[in-house]
Amino acid sequence: MTDIDAPNAATRFFASDVLHSFKRSPAAIIGATVALILVLAALLAPWIAPYDPFDPGSLDLMDGFTPPWSTSQFTPHWFALGSDNQGRDMLSAILYGSRVSLFVAFAATGFSLLLGVGSGLIAGYVGGIVDAAIMRVTDVQLTFPAILIALLIFGIARGIVPPSQQEGSAVWVLIFALGLSNWPSFARTVRGAVLVEKSKDYVAAAQLIGVHPLLILLRHILPNVLGPVLVIATIGLALTIIEEATLSYLGVGVPPTQPSLGTLIRIGQQYLFSGEWWILAFPAIALVALALSVNLLGDWLRDALNPRLR
Amino acid sequence: MTGTLTKLTAALLATTLLIGAAQAETLRWARSSDALTLDPHAQNDGVTSTLLNQVYETLIWRDAAGALQPRLATEWAVKEGNPNVWVFKIREGVKFSDGADLTAEDVAFSIDRARSETSPLRQLHADVVSVAAVDDHTVEVTLKGPSLIYPNNVTGTYIIDKGWAETNHTAEVADPTVNGDSYAVRHTNGTGPYVIKSREEGVRTVLEPTANHWSGVKPQVTEIVFTPIADAATRVAALLSKEVDFVQDVPVQDIERLAASDGIKIETGPENRSIFFGYRLDEAPLKSSNITDKNPLSDLRVREAFDLAINRDAIKQIVLRGNAIPTGIIVPPFVHGWTPELDTYSKQDVAKAKALLAEAGYPDGFTITLDTPNNRYVNDEGIAQAVVGFLGQIGVKVTLVARPFTQHTPLLVEQATDFFLFGWGVPTFDSAYNFNDLIHTRDGSYGNYNATGYSNAEVDAKIESLGSEVDPAKRDATIADLWKLVKDQHLYLPVHNQVVAWAVRDGINIEIQPDNSPKFGTVTFD
Repeated sequence: MTDIDAPNAATRFFASDVLHSFKRSPAAIIGATVALILVLAALLAPWIAPYDPFDPGSLDLMDGFTPPWSTSQFTPHWFALGSDNQGRDMLSAILYGSRVSLFVAFAATGFSLLLGVGSGLIAGYVGGIVDAAIMRVTDVQLTFPAILIALLIFGIARGIVPPSQQEGSAVWVLIFALGLSNWPSFARTVRGAVLVEKSKDYVAAAQLIGVHPLLILLRHILPNVLGPVLVIATIGLALTIIEEATLSYLGVGVPPTQPSLGTLIRIGQQYLFSGEWWILAFPAIALVALALSVNLLGDWLRDALNPRLR
Repeated sequence: MTGTLTKLTAALLATTLLIGAAQAETLRWARSSDALTLDPHAQNDGVTSTLLNQVYETLIWRDAAGALQPRLATEWAVKEGNPNVWVFKIREGVKFSDGADLTAEDVAFSIDRARSETSPLRQLHADVVSVAAVDDHTVEVTLKGPSLIYPNNVTGTYIIDKGWAETNHTAEVADPTVNGDSYAVRHTNGTGPYVIKSREEGVRTVLEPTANHWSGVKPQVTEIVFTPIADAATRVAALLSKEVDFVQDVPVQDIERLAASDGIKIETGPENRSIFFGYRLDEAPLKSSNITDKNPLSDLRVREAFDLAINRDAIKQIVLRGNAIPTGIIVPPFVHGWTPELDTYSKQDVAKAKALLAEAGYPDGFTITLDTPNNRYVNDEGIAQAVVGFLGQIGVKVTLVARPFTQHTPLLVEQATDFFLFGWGVPTFDSAYNFNDLIHTRDGSYGNYNATGYSNAEVDAKIESLGSEVDPAKRDATIADLWKLVKDQHLYLPVHNQVVAWAVRDGINIEIQPDNSPKFGTVTFD
């Protein structure tokens, strides 16, 4: 309908304002580069990590507490970022740990996206009692901090899952809890955007020629509300990374045998006073770098997609 | 400018010193958790017992070497002519903090209360038939048979006032499974050197010396402020910043740092407690294993492989930073029946362990879940993680589940675990206490913590004979027999005896105790 002389997607992208503004924003370039490096490192962890930190059989306890850039006192093993209390290589643990953190963050954000965009579209388009109901639910949920909701959901899920399966299901429960705690912001944004779009002529036209409401929502309205969604999804991703770390730091997230960055920080925190700073410092730096770079990207995206800020 | 600053600094320093001097008699004490109750017969828990030990007193207690010493009882002996009866002479001139006199009636009442159905101390008095006050200062305890060790069993039973308990409707121990609240849970009336001045549960408890302690000795500590601080780093920070004077449960990683800090000294000493792993070793398949038709651990060779897989010296050195005494038996040297031969432990031998596993039919190992507490013993979760690694080296894939102690113990009591970490302190200082609860078939008042499924009628009979065997030589021979069996059959996987560390500000003299329970009445200041 809008594609009169449709140029292909790539041409449109390279000619777009978005790319132009990206090139002119140092923060965005730094953010994107750091995020890309960290995501790639996490993805390639099994190939680039010097050790497999998830295989307890490969650890040697005598390597414990080796300082960064040195060889263990008792074995010939060498550690770039030192080793933790179990003789686990910190570099490998961070690489694998960011894998866990990123997986949880992406999956949880995807889950809230699905839930939030879906309910926002319906609330905005259908209106009336459905709208009121969905919006009151989001209102109630927004009165609590997201982390509290996640803790609550995690606690309940823990109660339901039998103890023998808790270990294996921890990651999925975490994704579910984080996802469920973050959807209201998506729902509200999408609903607002839908309300604006709904009254526009192209929607009225589609309605007049009898297009199915579901098709109108998905084919016509959804693409037009995706801009703001993309922005909050990016910022939400950074928030979810931090929330996951918080939960794991509190000891309710992923188990210590498959540590995420938050779990590593929790382990390292015990050794703050005794001088083994590297067990805490490196995972914390990795977490900050990850969250900050994604946040920078999100910030830039918000400005780039907002015509009023240009 | 510089002059003003110097003066200011000097003034500040002087005030700090003055405050220091004024507070010298207050002892601010921190440890990881709070007492669970003030009712001395409502919990069998070390932290509770330590707090109440300042307020209430027992008939007999132990010195720092573990020897029995008179406290409220001045002497005790088997009754002439009846070997089943122990006679306790009760100290005269003892007053409870409300002014009432201590009589034999109170003692009989307290022992009866501690062996009642709702008291968790009852297993210590399981052989008691009746307790009678024969005169104002003599108590006779009649047992099922002759017992050599009964006085050892009263060192954890605090004496309360019968009249006070009856007046306040707290004569019975409140059932913790029903409500668990009663007057005695929130109020105290003991004969000990201190009384509780104020208490805010989980936050702060303040104690002050009683006016009229029978010993006539005025404790130098004129105020004790007890603050539970759960987080280890916060606890250490509180000591470093001089917010507290005395810290129990010092994390091992901070011992060195604290010892090197000016104005702080570290007291370490062996605790009367063994740390070990247990596993299900009966024939029924494990619940958490990929071997579903039989239990690999019912095979002695597999248990021996586990024993050879772990490196106790590495656990001591890395996980506990030297603060442990590796052992090959689940009983510490304080306990009657321990020998240096039992204490010897296997050196790690991965090749031999793998060969034994292969011989038993598990060349590729198997999977199993290990349950560990994470807030009870010194670095408990770290020990369990290390063992996961050691067993991984011989092909046994262990899934580790760490829980708070309150959720861990029920797994043992309900036999809902395949493989677990546990610790066993021995308040009676006699091996029977280990056998009764850890080796004997789960049956009535025996085997309460035996989650291994081990059951052997012959062994049970031997264990039961210890309660009433009067010939010390014969009794010792039975104990030696039993320990040999425990060791040879690898019924448990011993790791070490725990070493506890206390950190205290300079100028405060406090003697570390094998039961990890400080005696503030004897603390002195330089």
